[in-house]
Amino acid sequence: MAAQPYGLIAGFSNPSEIFHAAEKVRDAGYTRWDCITPFPVHGLDNAMGVKRSMVPRFSLVGGITGFCTGMSMIWYMNGYDYTLTVGGKPLFSPMFAFPVSYELTILFTAFATIIGMFVLNGLTKLYHPILKYEHIRRATSDTFYIVIQADDPRYNPANTRTLLETIGGRDVAELEA
Amino acid sequence: MAHAADPHVAAPAILQEVQPADLPRPKLVDHDRSFTWITDKICGIIEGKTPVWWWWCFGVACFIACFTVAGITYVVATGVGVWGHRTPVNWSWPIVNFVFWIGIGHAGTLISAILCLLRQKWRTSINRSAEAMTIFAVVCAGIFPVFHVGRVWYAWFLFPLPNYNIVWPQFRSPLEWDVFAVSTYGTVSVLFWYVGMIPDLATLRDRFAAAGNRLRARLYGFFAMGWRGSSRAWSNYEMAYLILAGIATPLVLSVHTIVSFDFAVSLVPGWHTTIFPPYFVAGAIFSGFGMVLTLMLPMRAVYRLEDLITQYHIDCMCKITLATGTMVGYAYAMEFFIAWYGANPYEGFAFINRAFGPYAWSYWIMITCNVITPQFFWFKAVRRNTTFVWVLSLFVNVGMWFERFVIICTSLTRDFLPSSWGYLSPTIVDIFTFFGTFGIFAVLFLLFIRFLPLMAMAEIKAVTPQADPHSHA
Repeated sequence: MAAQPYGLIAGFSNPSEIFHAAEKVRDAGYTRWDCITPFPVHGLDNAMGVKRSMVPRFSLVGGITGFCTGMSMIWYMNGYDYTLTVGGKPLFSPMFAFPVSYELTILFTAFATIIGMFVLNGLTKLYHPILKYEHIRRATSDTFYIVIQADDPRYNPANTRTLLETIGGRDVAELEA
Repeated sequence: MAHAADPHVAAPAILQEVQPADLPRPKLVDHDRSFTWITDKICGIIEGKTPVWWWWCFGVACFIACFTVAGITYVVATGVGVWGHRTPVNWSWPIVNFVFWIGIGHAGTLISAILCLLRQKWRTSINRSAEAMTIFAVVCAGIFPVFHVGRVWYAWFLFPLPNYNIVWPQFRSPLEWDVFAVSTYGTVSVLFWYVGMIPDLATLRDRFAAAGNRLRARLYGFFAMGWRGSSRAWSNYEMAYLILAGIATPLVLSVHTIVSFDFAVSLVPGWHTTIFPPYFVAGAIFSGFGMVLTLMLPMRAVYRLEDLITQYHIDCMCKITLATGTMVGYAYAMEFFIAWYGANPYEGFAFINRAFGPYAWSYWIMITCNVITPQFFWFKAVRRNTTFVWVLSLFVNVGMWFERFVIICTSLTRDFLPSSWGYLSPTIVDIFTFFGTFGIFAVLFLLFIRFLPLMAMAEIKAVTPQADPHSHA
């Protein structure tokens, strides 16, 4: 018995085709499937039923961490560990600590946002079954694909293939796991 | 993401009644180029043989860069006394050059972040190379303060790292704020640039793999991090890009604000003014667009990119240069007004001295280049003449260097006590070190256009008419 395949892939030639095809795959009740596009197609995430991205949560945590790091670092360094009175001014004040804390807020937010995007997208994984498909190289240039995974509860080799063909998919092929 | 073109949303009844005219938007890609054409065009620049002109430019740029290397080596070997600083002008060329270069960087972030938030789609053709320009400008800028500290091997004292003196940096000082502002700016610019490039690196990976060049496919593939264009990934990616644009906007405004605090927080007449933060930011964007035009126009001509950087793009860049140049002109006028209206004799003298004192020549170069030059951009005929636009952009670059020179040097040579007045003359070491930074900048930029996608292919494709899923519906 052959190993369970990763799923089925079908090609589309323009954003309009994949947009309407994605709506039909979504309406057919599939959940573990994806569109592969050379650029972000406007509104395709809605057509696929993808929820709002979770990246902002990472950013918020990063930003708060950055601001607190800045304020507490400056308090520790100038207000506690190495105190130096200059012109009778207070040893610590959030006013003079603000510019540096502000910059650290931005720095930490940037790192958290990018780490969040990498984690959520599973990047840094240099291998993926989709990358084994011979025509997938065109997906980063000018062709659009829909992939339905074999572990989707509604997946059925024959029916899913028929669905992909009826919604206009070309060159429907099975992907090795 | 609801949008007006969505066919599922009924048009308001009023539209039927008033019958609005269909205003055609200028095309962002001329000749209705296809997705395939865009990929082939941008990737072809990297995949093709290295052109002969590239080697010539690279050789000249390396030679010019040697001037900075030699100048810096001499300074480190002997001491900062070989520079032209003499009391009372203890901040001179190095700080002028630092502010000049850091200002140039600002246009890149403006294009990639602020114009992204404002949904200016024309940014897509120029944002990648403008961001590269930002990073390389920050590299050039960073050289000066680091060596200006004197004993460069102690430059790490600027950062809050534990040292054997058990002394921490003083966070009340705007100079310390500047350390954080500039290093954050450099880091976030690199991150923003890199994240924007991931999908295009994946395109290059796939093309090199298809062409059988395994080494390059692996190299680009490593930096593409396994990107495969999944829509679920695009959704997170677009959100991350939007947040980066959202935080880079306050960042770019804060960086030059903090640079201006280096001056404005002091008590030197001519520096101690509240107009500095907005005035510095406007000046930075002005100088940055000057440099963007200086770089883009030859690049467009050499690589035949007229379909991607259209006349509309040049018009937009010229208009921003005009707007920010005029803001800078307003700031010059307002400084004079406040110097008179504030009735502080030292302040008043500082400004009269700028315009009519020993440095009047530099003041009038600044006014000519920064206030008069951009006024040519009011005229369509000027904006359509790319050679003339390019020459004007050079004047902008020169003018903005002189602006920093005027602010820093004329204020310091004539402060409170006439007994400590002086006149600054740069030494040959100052001049060589600054001249060489143009070589460093050019070396980095040439390497960039040779090995990295110089335009954001995925973003350009997304703003073409055929990318709209409803265009064929």
